[in-house]
Amino acid sequence: MEKFKIRLQIFLAYKDLLKQLVAKDLKLKYRRSFLGYVWSVLNPLLVMIVMAIVFSTMFSRNIENFPVYLFCGQILFNYMTQSTNQAMNSINGNASLLKKTYVPKYIFTFAKITSGLVDLIFSMGALVIVMLATRAHFSWHFLLFPFVLVQLYGFCLGLGMFLAQANVFFRDIQYIYNAVTTAWLYLTPIFYPMDMLPDNLLWLIKHFNPMYFYIGQFRDIIYYNKIPGNMIILAGCGAAFIMLFIGTYTFLRNQDNFILYI
Amino acid sequence: MNDIMVDVKDVTIRFNLANQKVDNLKEYFIKLLKKELMFQEFLAVQNVSFQVKRGEAWALIGTNGSGKSTMLKAISGILKPYKGSITVNGKIAPLIELGAGFDGNMTARENIFLNGCLLGHSEKYMAEHFDEIVDFAELWKFLDSPIKNYSSGMRARLGFAIATMVRPDILIVDEVLAVGDVKFRKKCQQRMNEMLGHGTTLLFVSHSMEDVLDLCDHAIWLDKGKARMSGEVQKVCDAYLQAQGIK
Repeated sequence: MEKFKIRLQIFLAYKDLLKQLVAKDLKLKYRRSFLGYVWSVLNPLLVMIVMAIVFSTMFSRNIENFPVYLFCGQILFNYMTQSTNQAMNSINGNASLLKKTYVPKYIFTFAKITSGLVDLIFSMGALVIVMLATRAHFSWHFLLFPFVLVQLYGFCLGLGMFLAQANVFFRDIQYIYNAVTTAWLYLTPIFYPMDMLPDNLLWLIKHFNPMYFYIGQFRDIIYYNKIPGNMIILAGCGAAFIMLFIGTYTFLRNQDNFILYI
Repeated sequence: MNDIMVDVKDVTIRFNLANQKVDNLKEYFIKLLKKELMFQEFLAVQNVSFQVKRGEAWALIGTNGSGKSTMLKAISGILKPYKGSITVNGKIAPLIELGAGFDGNMTARENIFLNGCLLGHSEKYMAEHFDEIVDFAELWKFLDSPIKNYSSGMRARLGFAIATMVRPDILIVDEVLAVGDVKFRKKCQQRMNEMLGHGTTLLFVSHSMEDVLDLCDHAIWLDKGKARMSGEVQKVCDAYLQAQGIK
């Protein structure tokens, strides 16, 4: 308990650093581009249009308003892969700094996941545009989206911390993770309807794919306009909690050794 | 008030040389199967003890690879000692190797805040000291251009201004001053003397005996990780130079 209190104090002392790092990521991403922050909305929108055109010829018969269906899955999954990939390199990338000065190391990992979340919220703007363009139905359920994002944020934070510490010791983790995310993408119902899957695979995905928990909930509130079921909420929170625990535990246990490897 | 700022007690720092060569899973498993993952111990610092009181300036001297920088890293909390304990009372500002904390794509203005926060200060504190920092670095004209366009001298000035303007209790300087030009070195030394006058404690690593004798009042001589001698700066330096066969 005492240890936890000290950790919290250190975190509070460095919370401005977290803010600075997140601001830095966002500023640098679109600096010197003509449209600036508009790109944050435009970029997912353009990718989305391409995907919608490609996939709507394949699956559109089974899914009503396919662009919104696709977009709901796409932005969440993109957030997960991009933020965790960047978090994975957050310790190695700041090696020169971490060798010279004492900073709580998780701040860098934290910052990457957080700036990804801000980007995701920009993408929500693009989602709204798509919904307006396709005349999708808006209901008050839409306002529940932060509830899903909090779960996903926790999950990504845990996964990011786990990957960041693993990548310090084993640099080939990034290549392995690339293959993992590709497999993961195809095992998550993002651009195909759920009922296309064979029964046993469907069962596995419904029970063991955390991204399904979050995308499922997100679609419930935005696409189907209903409150997600208890089980899927429980699974989502549970997965976030477990991942957060694994990430924090491995990170804190190994962080004193980082300096010897970076 | 506790007057001992840094208390180093019987500190040993250990590295595992064998482990550091393996940095990917493939090699790890190959070595695991071949049973080559043995422990190859290397003690960078062995049983070193010393106490630094408020306002003192200590120099760490010794040949290359004698553990000076390792010792400083342990004091600033980057490395954990294997045995012994290090107690630090007060705020430490390491003089980061000039510009290591800067992001080239950001402007000087943004970098001042980022760097200050890296040193553990709040945004509010940095806003209050902002003018002071830019004044010292003499960079008003270039405040909004990206740092990557700065000359190394300009970066150095800015880095030094940030690290010293924030008036830390303990300033750690590791062979940084050798980089700058004569005028800059003069200015830095002036600034450090001024800080010493205000009660800042200094830990200093340098191979320049001139700088050491000029700035410091105490010294510790490390030789292959062991403390050979510590105490008054002149005596330690003389003994060190004698052992090197210079004097």
